[in-house]
Amino acid sequence: MVCKLCDLSPGLRLFGRRLKQTANLMVGMPDYDTYAAHRSATHPDLPVMTREEFFRERQARRYGAGGGGLRCC
Amino acid sequence: MSSAQASGKNAFNWLLWLAVSVLGAVALGVVALSRNEPINAIWLVTAAVCTYLVAFRFYSMFIGRSVLRIDPTRVTPAYRHNDGLDYVPTNKWVLFGHHFAAIAGAGPLVGPVLAAQMGYLPGTLWILAGVVFAGAVQDCIVLFVSVRRDARSLGDMIRSEMGEVPGVIAMFGILLIMIILLAVLALIVVKALAGSPWGTFTVFATMPIAILMGVYCRFIRPGRILEMSVIGVVLLLGALTYGQTVSQTPALAAMFTYSGETWALILIVYGFIAAVLPVWLLLAPRDYLSTFLKIGTIVALAIGIMVVAPVLHMPAVSRYIDGTGPVFSGQLFPFLFITIACGAVSGFHSLVSSGTTPKMIENENQIRMIGYAAMLMESAVAIMAMVAACVLEPGAYFAMNSPAGMIGTTAVQAAATISSWGFVITPDTLTQIAKDIGETTILSRAGGAPTLAVGMAHILSGVTGGRALMPFWYHFAILFEALFILTTIDAGTRVARFMIQDLAGIFVPSMRRTESWVSNVVATAIAVAGWGWFLYQGVIDPLGGINSLWPLFGISNQMLAAIALTLCTVVLFRMKQQRYAWVTIAPTVWLSVCTLVAGWEKLFDPTPAIGFLAHARVFGAALDAGKVLAPARSVVEMNRVVTNDYINAIMTAIFMALVVAMLVCGVISAMRALSNPSVTTKEVGGGLQTV
Repeated sequence: MVCKLCDLSPGLRLFGRRLKQTANLMVGMPDYDTYAAHRSATHPDLPVMTREEFFRERQARRYGAGGGGLRCC
Repeated sequence: MSSAQASGKNAFNWLLWLAVSVLGAVALGVVALSRNEPINAIWLVTAAVCTYLVAFRFYSMFIGRSVLRIDPTRVTPAYRHNDGLDYVPTNKWVLFGHHFAAIAGAGPLVGPVLAAQMGYLPGTLWILAGVVFAGAVQDCIVLFVSVRRDARSLGDMIRSEMGEVPGVIAMFGILLIMIILLAVLALIVVKALAGSPWGTFTVFATMPIAILMGVYCRFIRPGRILEMSVIGVVLLLGALTYGQTVSQTPALAAMFTYSGETWALILIVYGFIAAVLPVWLLLAPRDYLSTFLKIGTIVALAIGIMVVAPVLHMPAVSRYIDGTGPVFSGQLFPFLFITIACGAVSGFHSLVSSGTTPKMIENENQIRMIGYAAMLMESAVAIMAMVAACVLEPGAYFAMNSPAGMIGTTAVQAAATISSWGFVITPDTLTQIAKDIGETTILSRAGGAPTLAVGMAHILSGVTGGRALMPFWYHFAILFEALFILTTIDAGTRVARFMIQDLAGIFVPSMRRTESWVSNVVATAIAVAGWGWFLYQGVIDPLGGINSLWPLFGISNQMLAAIALTLCTVVLFRMKQQRYAWVTIAPTVWLSVCTLVAGWEKLFDPTPAIGFLAHARVFGAALDAGKVLAPARSVVEMNRVVTNDYINAIMTAIFMALVVAMLVCGVISAMRALSNPSVTTKEVGGGLQTV
């Protein structure tokens, strides 16, 4: 029983994380942790945007020229 | 697994799919064949869901495997260009949510409500057939084509696969459809909020709430979108509740009661200001609010319909398939097929499918689920809108959706007129419905949103709250649609501005500088003037505006779908998959025929309610005779009506010319691909030939 809960809880945590990612991406905000992990893995020598900078950059991008702010009627 | 087990599982699978198919066929049979007896909405929903399941399992799999030859081993743009920002390999469920939120809008909620005047059957059949064979096919194949081309945009792909000229034609078409779309959406808001202090107050309240959220999210708790959205929703519900007090306090109610014309001017000024403000202040926070409210409302409506299982009072097929209906004029063919655009097939989705989604897809084998299935979900939203409209008494439906010029402005006149059409209703019932939802009148509130709101209030009050909560549900539905549309107007004006700067940049290079204030303001003003002009003429239109603008919007949206499907067809020919090209050729031909026939009738039909030129002739003749026809009150207004007719006619002619030009270009490109023995697609990466 206890063991089952142990198995379940990472699953639940993953579900919660995915739900949050979905809600954020619905309004055009990608996952910051994914971004940070990607940067440190591929460009460890280059500066990484902070969470706040990332938020502002993505927000401006969504509604800027050639951004993804396009939605249907 | 042993082979016996495997074959057992296989047999079970086939039995399951057989059961789903049979259930769907039975439900469709009930929906299609019951006459003179109201049916339960659950039949409609069951028929739709079974259709979607079978279509997804079989037709979309055929498209993926045989037509597109999906290759799960190919690297997608998300991996090739992974930057953690635009290009990010994303879990398919997360991406499904993103894609669905981007394609679902007010369109699928409005079209079916208007189409309900012909009964629930014609619209439902078109929504189902349209999505399976046209809408979802378009979304899915455009997504595929874009994924194989580094997630490039529709315009870009038309240029590279078909040539420069079709590229410019498509770009011009996209700009025009934006302008018409914004005008018609703004008109829906005007129709819903004119003379409604409760609705007006709550919509006004969304602005300070959004600004508060914007400041919170930028300075106080940067980036906490979800936290801020929860606060925003709570504040919105507070404003919604206080709206009732406003509507019941005469002094306050007078402050928030505006005529249609005033609302049009407010929206035009608002559209301009909102589009030049920094995005974080108003647009972004309101976008968050409206997106979450939209998803929440769709879920609530779905639960409501399943729990309440309402009965449809609208007949299966009404007498208005003959084209004399009060909501929109014109016969079932072609006008039903352009009235329901989103929900069956929407050209606009081709822009979304070639926008952000292809940059995030992990594997080609997810294209089917994201491109095809998300569109099936959108179609389900359209079915729910159809249900919401048809649960109303037909008399009430026609009272809400017929122009004042036809049914008069009092409940007594309206009830008498509508009863004489064969939809018996008493003046008391009309007054009582208005009272139930906390409004003074429900007459002539065309545009879909109020009808949907009454239907939703009807369904949701059956789940909780009963009649006492009906006014809240009604105004919640109005608020949700208005909020959503205002966001689209704001974001759409920006998109139109960038397009105008791009196009104008060809002649005046300095216009292209998006950081220059002068070029921004000029391009924004052009965009707002464009849709504002159509909006204003729609508001003062004697036939209610929706009557002339919605067909223009439908024609332009289907035109864009035909353009996107033409591109898909050309790509199939260039891939040497032409033996399967009927998958895209069939919907292209159908949409082209519908748009061209509808366009032709809008131009040349002798009935003034349908043909723009015939309408112009009636008013022109009256002008020559020195008469003033209602609702014009002066010679100046008479002249304006005539001018509007000619401009609408010119727009229609332009749309028709665009479709024909694109079809010709498509045929030429396909023939060229056919005569070339080798594969000529310009794909990026993968095993296929790149040119």
